[in-house]
Amino acid sequence: MTTPLLSAKNLRAFYGPTQILFDLNFDMHEGGITTLLGANGAGKTTTLRALSGMVKTGGEIRFEGKVISNKDTADIVRLGVAHVPEGRGTFVRQTVEENLQLGGITQPAGQISADMERVFAYFPRLKERFRQQAGTLSGGEQQMLAIGRALMLRPKIMLLDEPSFGLAPLIVQEMFSILRALNEKEKVSMFLVEQNASLALELADHAYLLETGRVVMSGPAKELSQDESIRRAYLGY
Amino acid sequence: MEQVVQQVIGGLATGAIYACIALAIVMIYQAIDHLNFAQGEMAMFSTYIAWQLMEWGMPYWGAFFLTIAISFVLGYAIERIVFKPVHNASVLSHVVIFIALFAIINSMAGFIWEFTIKPFPTPFGTKSVLGDGLLSAHGAGMIAVTGIMLALLYLFFRFTRVGLAMRAAAANPDSARLVGIRVGFMNAVGWGMAAAIGAVAGIMIAPVVFLEPNMMVTILLYGFAGAVVGGLTSPGGAVFGGFAVGVVENLASFVPHFGAEMKLSIALALIILVLTLKPNGLFGRRIVNRV
Repeated sequence: MTTPLLSAKNLRAFYGPTQILFDLNFDMHEGGITTLLGANGAGKTTTLRALSGMVKTGGEIRFEGKVISNKDTADIVRLGVAHVPEGRGTFVRQTVEENLQLGGITQPAGQISADMERVFAYFPRLKERFRQQAGTLSGGEQQMLAIGRALMLRPKIMLLDEPSFGLAPLIVQEMFSILRALNEKEKVSMFLVEQNASLALELADHAYLLETGRVVMSGPAKELSQDESIRRAYLGY
Repeated sequence: MEQVVQQVIGGLATGAIYACIALAIVMIYQAIDHLNFAQGEMAMFSTYIAWQLMEWGMPYWGAFFLTIAISFVLGYAIERIVFKPVHNASVLSHVVIFIALFAIINSMAGFIWEFTIKPFPTPFGTKSVLGDGLLSAHGAGMIAVTGIMLALLYLFFRFTRVGLAMRAAAANPDSARLVGIRVGFMNAVGWGMAAAIGAVAGIMIAPVVFLEPNMMVTILLYGFAGAVVGGLTSPGGAVFGGFAVGVVENLASFVPHFGAEMKLSIALALIILVLTLKPNGLFGRRIVNRV
């Protein structure tokens, strides 16, 4: 059994005195796509924030075998963990170009322009909007920019917080096929948090189900999508 | 009309100093969301350092650049030692620390260098270059030095990666962390730069107001005025605001009877007027807090 790329053991998280996550355990393997499903308020976003050191946590998080719990966010990111946050985290006053430059700000200056071309290969729209202020982009374009920005880090894993949020169904389809391509061609592992369970289970190979801060079910994505209770509660058929 | 033009140019000279202080205030405001009341005292202390270096025989420009470097280190250290530990404390704690810093730096300068007024040299001379004593060579030099410094700062923020990272850290700290920027370090660098900018302002204005521990108090008020008029979220706006306050202050002397004595009041009235009409300053951005 190889070391998991990213793993959590008895992960707990708190906002002030309130406990949000209760002893989560999960493993993510290199090259895989894992999804975390759950209703509003189940703790999905908090799980991602815990992984990138943005909330106070207990328990243990390991990345490539090394403990990263309670490290500074910036230091975790520099290991190759690209978190695409809820609300996309766009630098709205900066241009599209500057947003991409910021994505690669920890990388050697020499590779930036080549990496940008790589981003444009997946998101040609960003090239058209190159000099535009990022805040003026549409929601879909900002989501593309957020993923493009994450790609500039040359990440080993992407933590994606609801990439489908607020987007038109057609754009969502496009976004998910790009995510699949990134996983296959760029070998980026992914941890995907989604409300759109059917889409997420289609893309992912492994899934965890979160309810009020606890993992209540886990298994291969195919199995979970066949599960009667999940189908009724999250897939709607 | 000619007189008006001359007053405007004269106003630009002091306005340049206000612009520096306003810019320093805005840089720290962007980093920690609070107004640094001690900004003027930090600049005053830097000016004393320059004076001391020259007393020890260092040539003017040598002392000038060394003081800028020392001020950068001191500003950086103040953030790391004093403000980093209270990062999440309430607004009131920050205000108290600012006031304490103000008092400590002020009395420390008095303790080390005494409260007596000292003359401060100018490398430009005091000959009148415009009108009848309206703009001295030193005034013109002030405009030139601050102009060069502001241009360099613009180039730094606009075209370097560190400048971009600092802008990102100020505008959106959470997202900045998520691309790997060490926001705390950037804040400390911002403090260092603000202290260095203040040092330039102090050294440039010292020949005009003379060197003493309270030399920056009024200038700080004008600097605040400039920062607020231009908008606390806009460095360019703060610079513009500083120049505008300098010019308005000078033009105020045209107001019959009380103009000359009421310069400061007129500048402060300007703040109130701007804040009433445009609460975020002329170039400020409205901050929308999502709930």
